[in-house]
Amino acid sequence: MKLVASCALSALAAVAVLVGTQTAALHAADGEVRVLNWKGWGTDEPWAIEAFEKETGLKVVHDYITSFPETFTKLRVNPGYYDVVVLNAAFTQQAAAEGLIQPIDTSTIANFGVLFPDLRDSPELNIDGSNFGVVWMWGGTSVSYNTDVFPEPPTSLEVLWDPKYANRVCWRDDAEDSVRFAALATGQDPDKPADMDKIREKLLALKPQIKALWKSGDEWLKLVSAKECDLSTVWTNNTEAAAVQDKLPISFIVAKEGAIAFRDAMSIAKDAPNVKGAEAFINYMVSVPFYQGWVKVGGAPVSANKEAIEQLPESSLTRTVLAAPEALPRLNFKGPLTDEQRQSYLDLWQEVKASFAQ
Amino acid sequence: MARQGRSIFALTVPTFLWLTVAVVLPITVMFYFSFLSASPFGTKPASLTLDNYATFFTKDFYSFLAWRSIKLGLLVAALCALIGFPAALVLSHRLSGYWREALLLLVILPFWSNALIRIFAWTMVLREQGLVDQAVHAVLPWAPSVGILYSYPAIVIGLVHSFLPYMILTCYISLQAIDPSLVDAARGLGARDHTILRRIILPLSFPGLAVGAILTFVPVVGAFMEPRILGGRQGITMGTVIEDQFTEVFNWPLGAALSFILLGIVLAILALCYPLLRARFRLG
Repeated sequence: MKLVASCALSALAAVAVLVGTQTAALHAADGEVRVLNWKGWGTDEPWAIEAFEKETGLKVVHDYITSFPETFTKLRVNPGYYDVVVLNAAFTQQAAAEGLIQPIDTSTIANFGVLFPDLRDSPELNIDGSNFGVVWMWGGTSVSYNTDVFPEPPTSLEVLWDPKYANRVCWRDDAEDSVRFAALATGQDPDKPADMDKIREKLLALKPQIKALWKSGDEWLKLVSAKECDLSTVWTNNTEAAAVQDKLPISFIVAKEGAIAFRDAMSIAKDAPNVKGAEAFINYMVSVPFYQGWVKVGGAPVSANKEAIEQLPESSLTRTVLAAPEALPRLNFKGPLTDEQRQSYLDLWQEVKASFAQ
Repeated sequence: MARQGRSIFALTVPTFLWLTVAVVLPITVMFYFSFLSASPFGTKPASLTLDNYATFFTKDFYSFLAWRSIKLGLLVAALCALIGFPAALVLSHRLSGYWREALLLLVILPFWSNALIRIFAWTMVLREQGLVDQAVHAVLPWAPSVGILYSYPAIVIGLVHSFLPYMILTCYISLQAIDPSLVDAARGLGARDHTILRRIILPLSFPGLAVGAILTFVPVVGAFMEPRILGGRQGITMGTVIEDQFTEVFNWPLGAALSFILLGIVLAILALCYPLLRARFRLG
């Protein structure tokens, strides 16, 4: 018994030491900008970090998330640790209400004036006259298709349920997107679908269609390169990268029922240790040179910087398909979901996947 | 006596300490989380509840998936035994010297590469126009295409490959320990090969077979990476469901409760096998 007690005590001491070093690290942040974002989502491009560090003398330190709820957990558990936080605009209000992010002095962001006004001034990012997030990128999740199989692009989401393409669909393994696609296909509001039974039936009907369910962009690229699917639900920027960088016969549509779109903004964490550094970093991230660099290496979504978009090649899919004036009204920007919605979507999606396996 | 006690203490403390920090503490914390009504680190106040455990019984697909994971564990353990035991037998009783060392090295070799890389390597072998498909068509050009990637058999192949070395090594160690003179004596008394196998080798090497089966069965029941990558629309398991609770919705309490239910089922199965194991291991 004594042995157990002394083991437990030593273990606690070890934990205390670990926590201690973490707190010590908290107070050594002057020359650093700490960024919380998805891995491989722009801010950690090596050439960009190098350019920023050279220009400002600040060191960029990254921490990564695998979902936005994780962002909230990390901000709550480590107050005063992060400087810049990338948030989907649908979450900005919640983060501001919880006191996890602070208002931004937009006069310090030199590029603020050249951002698309309707994105920049959206009420999701501006609360009580203060800006809580500088709009950074936007993009879509839509249907991509093999251009060899479809000489003419499909027009409707129903193509995903077409028996002709049974076993040829690579579907993104994501509860929220699955529910949103099914809502669009059944003519419902993807933010607040009224008839969840209809959505369940629509998703269950996918069973014969699905070849594979993928999670990371890399998994999807492997599937498409190996010609495993004719159709997929996937982010539009990944499709464009596959077409341009990997020379695959692929393109995407904004279906007549619509596509899902997201808007990401950069916020400054509450009590950020390096606010000046955070402002400089955000300004660089919304600049034309950064976006041009990202487009060049591939995988970039759509910049919120007007000048940056005007400098894209005329032929880019982003300009001709996604941001085309006739398609823009059909984009459904993701609104916020409650935790209960999120859980019920996951339960539904797991139930559907279990039936796929039956 | 006191000195011996001290040295036993000194020798075991690091292990106990490590197990406490790396195993007991996290599992205790998770066990506590599984009774919370809201996620730790969340904004909502959390109280103690049994709801997370009740959820398992309110949705049919949880029990379907748990049963599916257990069947997968049994199938993979059985296949590992079927392939691994003969391999271990050949290694221990038919080979010696250089060949034995070389083959043992080959058995252990997969351990030196990352598990994820091995699974992605399988995707290249199993897919249509993959290595297997091309090999079949080189011999039988008119055969239909063989792509079993994104199916249940693909999951089984990937898992058997991942866990086979455990089975071979545990069986090999048991078989090595069998005194060769027993086999000679049996043969001298006129026993044929299959009798020797059935009456001497199998019973004496049973502990290795049992340990190998447990080392395979338990992790396979919780597997999530291999099924997800190899299984296509068959890829959902109890493991992926638990993973999603942690990573997608941050419902740690439900994820933890589902893990402990699965752990409970696995322990119950092992407890059912205990009388058999006890007799064979000559315990108690």
